[in-house]
Amino acid sequence: MIKKLASYIKEYKKASILTPIFVVLEVAMEVIIPMLMSKIIDVGIPNSDIKYILEIGILLTLSAIMSLAFGMLSGRFAAKASSGFAKNLRKGMFYKIQNFSFEDIDKFSTSSLITRLTTDVTNVQMAYMMIIRILIRGPVMLLAALFMAFSIDVRLSCVFLVSIPILGVALFYIAIKAHPNFERVFKKYDKLNEVVQENVGGIRVVKAYANEEHEEKKFEDVNNEVYNYFKKAEKIVAFNSPIMQFVVYFSVLIISWLGAKFIIGGTFQTGELSSLITYAWQILMSLMMLSMVFVMIIIAQSSAERIVEVIDQEPFIKNKKNPIKTIKDGSITFDHVSFAYSDEKDPNKFALQDINLEIKSGETIGIIGGTGSSKSSLVQLIPRLYDATKGTVKVGGVNVKDYDMESLRDEVSMVLQKNVLFSGTIAENLRWGNPNADDEELERVCKLAQADSFIQEFPDKYDTYIDQGGTNVSGGQRQRLCIARALLKKPKILILDDSTSAVDTKTDSYIRKAFREEIPNTTKIIIAQRVTSVEDCDRIIVMDEGKINGIGTSEELLKTNKIYQEVYNSQMKGGEDNE
Amino acid sequence: MSKKEKLNNKQVKENSDKNNKKAKKKSSSVDFKTVKRLLKYATGIYKFQFVVVIISIIVSSIANVMGIQFLQKLIDDYITPLMGQENPDLSNLFMAVVGMGVMYLVGITATYIYNRLMINISQGVLRQVREDMFNHMQSLPIKYFDTHAHGEIMSTYTNDVDTLRQMISQSIPQVFSSVVTMASILISMFTTNVYLTLIVLGMVVLMIFCARYLGGNGSKYFVKQQDDISKVNGYIEEMMSGQKVVKVFNHEEESKEKFDELNEELCDSSTQANMYANVLMPCIANIGNLGYVFVAIIGGMLSVNGILSIGSIAAFLQYIKAFTNPVSQVSQQMNSVIMALAGAERIFALIDEEPEVDDGYVTLVNAKMENGKLVETEERTGIWAWKHPHHDGRVTYTRLRGHVEFENVNFGYTPNKMVLHDITLEAKEGQKVSFVGATGAGKTTITNLINRFYDIQDGKIRYDGINVKKIKKKDLRKSLGMVLQDTSLFTGTVKDNIRYANLNASDEDVIKAAKLANADHFIRNLPDGYDTVISGSGEGLSQGQRQLLSIARAALYNPPVLILDEATSSIDTRTEQIVQKGMDELMKGRTVFVIAHRLSTIRNSELIMVLDHGRILERGNHKELMAKQGMYYALYTGKIEIE
Repeated sequence: MIKKLASYIKEYKKASILTPIFVVLEVAMEVIIPMLMSKIIDVGIPNSDIKYILEIGILLTLSAIMSLAFGMLSGRFAAKASSGFAKNLRKGMFYKIQNFSFEDIDKFSTSSLITRLTTDVTNVQMAYMMIIRILIRGPVMLLAALFMAFSIDVRLSCVFLVSIPILGVALFYIAIKAHPNFERVFKKYDKLNEVVQENVGGIRVVKAYANEEHEEKKFEDVNNEVYNYFKKAEKIVAFNSPIMQFVVYFSVLIISWLGAKFIIGGTFQTGELSSLITYAWQILMSLMMLSMVFVMIIIAQSSAERIVEVIDQEPFIKNKKNPIKTIKDGSITFDHVSFAYSDEKDPNKFALQDINLEIKSGETIGIIGGTGSSKSSLVQLIPRLYDATKGTVKVGGVNVKDYDMESLRDEVSMVLQKNVLFSGTIAENLRWGNPNADDEELERVCKLAQADSFIQEFPDKYDTYIDQGGTNVSGGQRQRLCIARALLKKPKILILDDSTSAVDTKTDSYIRKAFREEIPNTTKIIIAQRVTSVEDCDRIIVMDEGKINGIGTSEELLKTNKIYQEVYNSQMKGGEDNE
Repeated sequence: MSKKEKLNNKQVKENSDKNNKKAKKKSSSVDFKTVKRLLKYATGIYKFQFVVVIISIIVSSIANVMGIQFLQKLIDDYITPLMGQENPDLSNLFMAVVGMGVMYLVGITATYIYNRLMINISQGVLRQVREDMFNHMQSLPIKYFDTHAHGEIMSTYTNDVDTLRQMISQSIPQVFSSVVTMASILISMFTTNVYLTLIVLGMVVLMIFCARYLGGNGSKYFVKQQDDISKVNGYIEEMMSGQKVVKVFNHEEESKEKFDELNEELCDSSTQANMYANVLMPCIANIGNLGYVFVAIIGGMLSVNGILSIGSIAAFLQYIKAFTNPVSQVSQQMNSVIMALAGAERIFALIDEEPEVDDGYVTLVNAKMENGKLVETEERTGIWAWKHPHHDGRVTYTRLRGHVEFENVNFGYTPNKMVLHDITLEAKEGQKVSFVGATGAGKTTITNLINRFYDIQDGKIRYDGINVKKIKKKDLRKSLGMVLQDTSLFTGTVKDNIRYANLNASDEDVIKAAKLANADHFIRNLPDGYDTVISGSGEGLSQGQRQLLSIARAALYNPPVLILDEATSSIDTRTEQIVQKGMDELMKGRTVFVIAHRLSTIRNSELIMVLDHGRILERGNHKELMAKQGMYYALYTGKIEIE
């Protein structure tokens, strides 16, 4: 895992290496400074040697300036390295996600991907900065201070040989003990967020059912859980400071007591005593720092794991070696195709079962069927958004798995059931279909999709700003914009997955008329709930529970297919149905 | 970022540029108010513990400072006199060490006490803050949720409360203990030597200046960093939600490009912010070191002249070391304090948000008939009545029937833009009333006024003859069922989701309701049937299935008045046929308001209202409207279309 993460340091390797180097230099200065200080007390002052004091003073000043410089440099490089590392991690994950197939996205869920890209990366960034600064600083400081202490007086320094292990063990014991508690806290936090999120999202339902108190109770429960778990975790950590104080204070006391005896005995000096105590503080502080970093690393560890999970995810669908880049025509073949979503637990449960289908290039196909009859699943196999579990799907006579995915999706344009527009102008949104399209081209496709008329009514026309999710245009307008966007690609195959449900029947029929007249050679597949939307298709496929129930023209199906008859009658009786 | 926001930001920036000085002054006073309010939370619930914490921090800090003084005493009073003696008597020295040990133990105990109590206080305050936020949020009008991005509200519960935790549990005790330590060290310094102390004070001024400069710049970048993070978050959120569209359009490269741009910007501000924060420590520490050198040189000179004892200098130098630590700790905490206060302001903004006004006093009670009169009763009788207390102390009971009237109602979401004009209509008990019209004609708005999601500006709405403003909102909503186009599910089992309508319903009732909505079949096909856990976003369920659950919910609610807002829009027509039977069953004997796209589903309504731009254009039943040959006729025959 560490190796994998480390590979994202990249151009910040230099900063990452310089940081610890400057940290070491800074620590060296910090160790030298008390030594020089003790010289002033031990040599300069008793001898009343002002010149000596000045000399050492200048040395000290220089050391302080150098220490400052090193400190600033290490801080600078640490900031650069950790921010850069975080940037690369985010970039790496984001790029990886761009390569994900639909199945990968389904597997992680959108909200979890967002958390991984944000909170988790921030955690790792902080931990990384700690590692390159303090994880180096701590041990170096410890060793240097220990060395200095021993060089001052071996007898007294033996105190550290007892106190360091005691403190070390105690602090690390606390860190280890606290970790699972903190993890539990974070899990509960997720739950708390979920309650809030669902409450905010469903506030109308909450209020409509006058269930505010129920929601408050729900929140109170999880809030209390967070409170209790957090308290439990923090209670353990609360021992940190007192234990560290205990060890430090008593080490100092013992050193003072023994030191005093040695001074009286004439084998030790007062200045040495005060230096030794300074080193004692340094040693124990560095242990404290280490334990702090340790806690942080443990917390960041779960974040790192979640990041690596994304980075490690091998896309379910990948390009073949030497893929075919040109698609001959818009013909489609389903040859004994069965399909199951990968998260389906029951191995015998297929969303599609043994589909056989031949669609000629330029044909217009309608698909109709009940909720959950796998209409969408069927068409999503064509641009290879999912791979068939069994059998083959061919486009232009070639297995879709043999195509370069980008080329395939350029030729197979699909308007999804869940239409999404992005924040930006209408023109910007449309140009997703073709970034080089000029204004006339935009107008042309919008006329095809019957969108031009309403766009012209907006004050800013094609420069009208669309809010995130396209909430400032009506459902029908959104759908027509999405169709226009798909048309701009000039695809060989156009798939509309229930994309005109909010468009009224007349406009709907204009769209289909435009399709017939303007893009006759494009294969068109139209999924709809309305019979009128598919009635005039060359052929209509009736789907039922993952199987083809019937294929034919509307007239044929009216004679032979029971489901089609039912749907037809339900919608057509009592005159023209309306939206 | 939307254009509006961009504009706002621009404005804000201009304003802040203009009133920079003013703003600075103002913000500090606002901060102070926020701090005071936060403290109130802490002292309010945990007054006693709070006092103990303060005392413990003082004791702990004093023990720490005494430890530093101890070295000087040890050298001057105990070691120096004994130096060179043949058989020194160490018992006094020993007693001094033991005395200090006792003092240390007291200090350690105090440290533990305040650390431990601080957990109670900080977690308690956070729990209280969260609860206040959530409970207050429940009382906010729908308008609040319309006008605030959901992500923004969420982040108040997570990011803002989190920064608050940092501040309460770490920054406040640390700053307090640092201040106490600094003060007591300063006193000790003054008692040791005034001149040297002045040098130290000069050094402190330098430190503060340095901390203000670096800290000020740092927090500027920290704020920028937060801003950039939210931008990156926003972009990621938008792209992730539309990831499938990105794939379909091969738009990966463009999406990466824009991401790189934002990511780079975040990296910049994050580098700057952390740099200032990282540099602060060595700066303070080395100013401390320089001060140390000065004191050493001057102290050395003084001691040569015999003015100062060696022990005093040694102690003084220790003081400087000890003094530098709290200063740098305080300066390091400043960043998190600034961030936390900004968060606290957002939290309080939520808590201070104006709640839904509810002056209603008419309540809904169970009733029974006694001697031809309605009498209030405890048990559920199936008969409900409005309990209406009058000014003169009389209490009258009106039977709940579901009779709704609008009288000259005007309404706008904002006062200067009216959405509904002069709406007058009557829905008698058990009638089916339908609304037809284009998007934005005001159909949904009318239904949202009945249950008082929004309050009308002008006119009257009566429910069973009672002005809805007089009815307690909760009781009013208890009498109304709603099935919305956008179904909201909650994480939990399918059963619990249906039961949301009536928390006391038995399993049998739930299943009965599901059967009525024709949801039973698909629910039984789920892996665990009614006990299948679904997530709030309802992943794995189709939009149609979600609507079926929503209808089942309404069936379980069993209200006299039902509002169906495009309740079956995502259900395919064949399923709808089947659901329709259930819906008809559900609508029987109830007053129903229906909004539907498909005119065939509303043909049998007693009353059909054709709405256009917030006005009622035509009204009547199907036959009448057809005979009129107006807009309805044109719509029904397909002469004109509604969007």
